[in-house]
Amino acid sequence: MFRRLILAAALALATPAFAQERSITVASTTSTEQSGLFGHILPIFTRETGIAVRVVALGTGQALDVGRRGDADVVFVHDRVAEQRFVREGHGLERQHVMFNDFVIVGPEADPAGIAGSRDTAAALKRIAESRAPFISRGDRSGTHAAELRLWQQAGVDPASGRGVWYREIGQGMGPTLNTAAAQGAYAMTDRGTWLSFRNRQGLRIVVEGDARLFNQYGVMLVNPARHAHVKREDGQRFIDWIVSPAGQAAIAGYKINGEQLFFPNAAQAEPGA
Amino acid sequence: MRAPEAILPLRAEGLGFSADGVAILKGIGLTIEAGRPTLVIGPNGAGKSVLLRLLHRLLPPTTGHVTWDGPAADPRRHQAMVFQRPVLLRRSVLANLRYPLALAGLDRAEQDRRAAEALALVGLAPLADRPARKLSGGEQQRLALARAAALRPEVLFLDEPCASLDPAATRAVEETLQALAARGTKLVMATHDLAQARRLAGDVAFLHRGRLLEHAPAARFFAAPATAEAAAFLRGELLW
Amino acid sequence: MVSLPAMNDLHSAFGQALGLVADGDATLGNIVLLSLRVSLTAVALAALVGLPLGALLAVARFPGRGGVVVALNALMGLPPVVAGLLIYLLLSRSGPLGPLGLLFTPTAMVIAQALLIAPILAALARQVLEAMWEEYAEQLRSFGAGPWRAVPTLLWDGRFALLTVLLAGFGRASAEVGAVMIVGGNIEGFTRVMTTAIALETSKGDLPLALALGMVLMAIVLTVNALAQGLRDIAARQAG
Repeated sequence: MFRRLILAAALALATPAFAQERSITVASTTSTEQSGLFGHILPIFTRETGIAVRVVALGTGQALDVGRRGDADVVFVHDRVAEQRFVREGHGLERQHVMFNDFVIVGPEADPAGIAGSRDTAAALKRIAESRAPFISRGDRSGTHAAELRLWQQAGVDPASGRGVWYREIGQGMGPTLNTAAAQGAYAMTDRGTWLSFRNRQGLRIVVEGDARLFNQYGVMLVNPARHAHVKREDGQRFIDWIVSPAGQAAIAGYKINGEQLFFPNAAQAEPGA
Repeated sequence: MRAPEAILPLRAEGLGFSADGVAILKGIGLTIEAGRPTLVIGPNGAGKSVLLRLLHRLLPPTTGHVTWDGPAADPRRHQAMVFQRPVLLRRSVLANLRYPLALAGLDRAEQDRRAAEALALVGLAPLADRPARKLSGGEQQRLALARAAALRPEVLFLDEPCASLDPAATRAVEETLQALAARGTKLVMATHDLAQARRLAGDVAFLHRGRLLEHAPAARFFAAPATAEAAAFLRGELLW
Repeated sequence: MVSLPAMNDLHSAFGQALGLVADGDATLGNIVLLSLRVSLTAVALAALVGLPLGALLAVARFPGRGGVVVALNALMGLPPVVAGLLIYLLLSRSGPLGPLGLLFTPTAMVIAQALLIAPILAALARQVLEAMWEEYAEQLRSFGAGPWRAVPTLLWDGRFALLTVLLAGFGRASAEVGAVMIVGGNIEGFTRVMTTAIALETSKGDLPLALALGMVLMAIVLTVNALAQGLRDIAARQAG
């Protein structure tokens, strides 16, 4: 009896598997995955080409690492400086603009720093530092984290001085950062897409938006097949070509939450300084 | 008369065993010949169980050695042992019988033949498919005996096989032992039960405080023990 | 007043969990199937290595055995993230096993979970079987079975206790998120399992949905355990 059961179990498990299909792996960011953008546009691409897209969603820094190690075919992230270095060092081929969205600063209802309604990010961050109001930082080398650090620099504030007191780095993705901010009544910087699809807001609301400095550019590039021979060059390029094509750009523009467009295609713009 | 695979006689010379520096057996010299059962008797703690384990090579001697003087190349294959508390595998009665036979390299048909024969010997045939460990204490010991017998050993060691059994179960085991002895199996059995020793013994080895004080034919031992300790033991006096 | 939202969340999670199951949601179904498949395969793979290793440690006596046992017990606490990182570095295209192209596949998740639970199976199996070996050792040696032969005997005779060990391994595998997240990548429709889906919904702030998924996971683990125990009881009644 027992012997037969074991046999049956072994047979059930040995039946093959995890079907193989034509696919590419894209290392991307939590903001694109968790905002639901990929859920909207990837089925369109797959329907047109028969190529399934497997998205590994990480922080931008980690996503670039995955590309560097050759564990993805395409990298689709948002930290232009890091992306340019990635290409310069030969890890990726030509980087292309895809779209942008914007960051917003969210904060608690009580607004202890008194910055609600501001359009000046630098001034707002300065006020947060001065009032020592709690601020939750991603602290995870993501594109959002890099952008946040640049904004502090522009505000002339070194947040490291408040580390562990009012400046709290949690080393996690956007969602956990917002969860933490909501729980602690703290400020945080987030991309608008994640914010719009985020459910556990409690008292959090947008306090700063609309500043040109909050602009967030996404870029896409193929992992260099000369470095990693197994990279699916043709299918990966097909994805890149599609996402910057009018069809792909229209798909991006068509993604809305509550009637609000999250990402603004701008592939037509040339890469500045390229 | 001696088969080419015979292992007897068994000779122990200067045999001693110590555990953690405490001597349990000292200077045992003993020769066991084919024939009627050899009963190892003596008070509790005399070292009977340890002696059997040394002879069966379950324990390595601290001093001296055990030799099998018969012509058989591999004496181990011609011995078996039954313990005070039967160690039955968590399997059916039949599977318990087959296990050592398979280890001995017998084919399936021979295993089944011998198992059936052994079950008949101890009267457990109707229970062949029962889980062995759900049998009663007496049935378990008879199964352990049957399992040992199925190996057709030339020498069968028995360490107080009836110590935990009631009189009825003891009688059933003794009947089986008589049958085995009658068919030529040499029994080497430890017991502290004098009545049992009188019923079964061909010769007696009397152990006392780790020493072999006497080894004599049963009739002479019981009629006229040579040592004061044996005489006291036979009178039923507590000996330490 | 303060606890009201939390109560509502719990209530809504429970409702959502029931709804998810009642709808027979296809996406959820695939995630559940993948979870079961990955974790059960990992248990099978880990059992293939861990159980014999545990049995061998139960019977073998060699210098350094104590160290191995301590190491194994310590490895039971191997953090999933560390197991995940190890497998990630091994399977990455830039790692030694890169050419296999296994990173971000269910196979990688199976390997990571197997690495995570093999020490658990080995350590628990050793404990269970060592007790059994204490009982069996003399009898098996008497049959002429050395440690190598004792391993399969103990594994078979310990099968019911070992089933519980396997269930412990399955519980740990199906509950962990750190390892599968790293080596699987939580790719929708390909490597997303229950735990990574829960982590994802948590980061999206959809706590009720995350909790609902957690309830579904608990129900699955409960069902697997109940099935296994039920089968065990039936088999135990037959085989003892």
